[in-house]
Amino acid sequence: MSKTNLTRRGLLRSGAVAGAGVALPTIFTGSSVAAFTNEPTGSTVTLGFNVPQTGPYADEGADELRAYELAVEHLNGGGDGGMLNTFSSKALNGSGILGKKVQYVTGDTQTKSDAARASAKSMIEKDGAVMITGGSSSGVAVAVQALCQEAGVIFMAGLTHSNDTTGKDKRANGFRHFFNSYMSGAALAPILAKNYGTDRKAYHLTADYNWGYTTEEAIRNSTEAMGWETVAAVKTPLTQTDFSSYIAPVLQSGADVLVLNHYGGNMVNSLTNAVQFGLREKVVNGKNFEIVVPLYSRLMAKGAGANVKGIYGSTNWHWSLQDEGTKAFVKSFGTKYGFPPSQAAHTCYVQALLYADAVQRAGSFNPCAVVEALEGFEFDGMGNGKTLYRAEDHQCFKDVLVVRGKENPTSEFDLLEIVEITPVEQVTYDASIFGGQLGTCNPGA
Amino acid sequence: MDAIILQILNGLDKGSAYALIALGLTLIFGTLGVVNFAHGALFMIGAFCAVTLSRILTLSHVVVDSTKTDFLGRPLEVQVPYVYDIFGEATGAAVIDWAVPLSILFAIPVMLLVGVAMERGLIKYFYKRPHADQILVTFGLAIVLQEIIKYFYGANPIPTPAPAAFTGSFDFGAILGFDPNTIIYPYWRLVYFAFAAVIIGAVFAFLQFTTFGMVVRAGMADRETVGLLGINIDRRFTIMFGLAAAVAGLAGVMYTPINSPNYHMGMDFLVLSFVVVVVGGMGSLPGAVLAGFLLGVLESFASMREVIDLIPGINQVVIYLVAIVILLTRPRGLLGRKGVMED
Repeated sequence: MSKTNLTRRGLLRSGAVAGAGVALPTIFTGSSVAAFTNEPTGSTVTLGFNVPQTGPYADEGADELRAYELAVEHLNGGGDGGMLNTFSSKALNGSGILGKKVQYVTGDTQTKSDAARASAKSMIEKDGAVMITGGSSSGVAVAVQALCQEAGVIFMAGLTHSNDTTGKDKRANGFRHFFNSYMSGAALAPILAKNYGTDRKAYHLTADYNWGYTTEEAIRNSTEAMGWETVAAVKTPLTQTDFSSYIAPVLQSGADVLVLNHYGGNMVNSLTNAVQFGLREKVVNGKNFEIVVPLYSRLMAKGAGANVKGIYGSTNWHWSLQDEGTKAFVKSFGTKYGFPPSQAAHTCYVQALLYADAVQRAGSFNPCAVVEALEGFEFDGMGNGKTLYRAEDHQCFKDVLVVRGKENPTSEFDLLEIVEITPVEQVTYDASIFGGQLGTCNPGA
Repeated sequence: MDAIILQILNGLDKGSAYALIALGLTLIFGTLGVVNFAHGALFMIGAFCAVTLSRILTLSHVVVDSTKTDFLGRPLEVQVPYVYDIFGEATGAAVIDWAVPLSILFAIPVMLLVGVAMERGLIKYFYKRPHADQILVTFGLAIVLQEIIKYFYGANPIPTPAPAAFTGSFDFGAILGFDPNTIIYPYWRLVYFAFAAVIIGAVFAFLQFTTFGMVVRAGMADRETVGLLGINIDRRFTIMFGLAAAVAGLAGVMYTPINSPNYHMGMDFLVLSFVVVVVGGMGSLPGAVLAGFLLGVLESFASMREVIDLIPGINQVVIYLVAIVILLTRPRGLLGRKGVMED
């Protein structure tokens, strides 16, 4: 018969040591063997896709997830390879990343900062994700980016348009491919001047949160610089659904342009209300009244329906572009899912490939090696022409699209038409204007 | 002056929606004594009745147009609605165009059924439970219902436009002697206001001038005595629940052209409607209607730029401020019966 030497004191000691080990969050502890957080040691590597799967942006999140699944398929050598065939860097060869098969886990941001941080933390701590990517909101992007910086993993932002993501809230471990409010203003202003003239009075309705402020500021600065006057700028609550009481006073103000600095459901409702009020049929100051939507997305255009016809805005990318990268991606995505991808899907797919390529070129999953590989990286063949990942703020610089709601759409996906591809030089700005510090990269361990 | 008239008009249509939802809430509270947090979900289901009918009317078959290509370069598949085949293109397009008003006929039986099923299947088991239990179960039900709608219809708003005849706005300013374009009001919102007035009038007439309504009112005043007279008041109250569901549903149907419906729209209205009920007086039908319009107009005024500049953030809290003042000074609400909520 065996006998165990179990004593009360010994049990307490072992329990305390084990308990402390379990209780200490692994992301904030180093390992004597791992060089960085979640260093992949087996034959696979895990990526974390943090997208809104519930809540108001769930449809956009679903499209992001489709894109990520396609990217994983292509990275592992499946499908037709998509943009891997057109990407200017040829480091990736369809055998995963550094020979490791790519796996993924998903989290639900719910488009809430705290929920997004919790799901990202869980993917890093429990699932061993070495990179977090995705999202459909700037608030979420800034929160998750800060978490990834602390945890020592790379964050490849999804759809986030606020200047702050790569401005005052930038972090060394975070990278954004999507464009921003400043670029929307710089791209839109000349087109607005060309079509509506330089003697205009603008009335801004602005969503009362971070993204709304930076977008209003960008559009105001750009339009005022070309001669427009801003007669009023009114903040609207994010939870507002009926904008009639905000739209009714617009005509009384003497404005002849309404700028809707709204996104998602806010934009769908405010635009629908503005069109219902017949603003676009009015003539004010001897000119036709016009509406401008600085940031368009297909899902928003779909929600607003026929109301978007003829209305100008900007986007990061559109499936109707005719470059080889876009054609390859649209073919892959369209064949797999039966409809063209959204700009959210595009930026997420590209971010996944850019991360994989950076690891491959660096020869390491170490976040600091990835940061070094991405900083100042110039590439092409990803649907936006020549693109630079600027080292100073980790923001991608590329052409910006000015679009207009299509008059005669042929399908529910064919809602926008490209009016102009604004060259990257026109939307480039000094990295210091939005403040913030990148800091140094954090490998975690 | 023109700004004041404009905001009153604005408040009226918002108030119409509040009044219709609050009317249903009050009917249920007054008859069954149940605090129904799923009432906003009924408004949302009504809106999705319009979406559903719109989808049924646009059910299509595919015709390949070889002269055009789709996004993958294949011949374009054009969706042709079956109603075009049945009625011809012009009449078919008109039927689709009038989908929202037609949805009223579709929504009435659906909402009555939903209401009766909800009351018989769940609510009746909570009549004798505390209000906190009722709130929890109906709030849970609201979440379940909105998740079901999201599963089938997605999270994105679905555009459901008004008939083309009602697009654009009416220039009140020109009639009242102001400058053109100073007081404009969309035609569909006028329709909504008129529709709400008709529904509210019909509900009051039903309760006031029919025997059924008289019994229900008697039941609301003294349920026990009516029961002792041998009248099956429970069955009548079940029908009233169905009626309240139909009122909320019709409010939702007609609201779809104002804001594209999404699964969350019920929650957006629910809390405000409860405030309306409290301000109007728990159990008071005229109170609910009066408070609905009053708070709608008040909310509109609080959204004026001049008011926000003076008191920042007032537009987001004005209704709750009013509720607090009412609860402190007159707990039974504007037209509530003496004693209700005052013990």
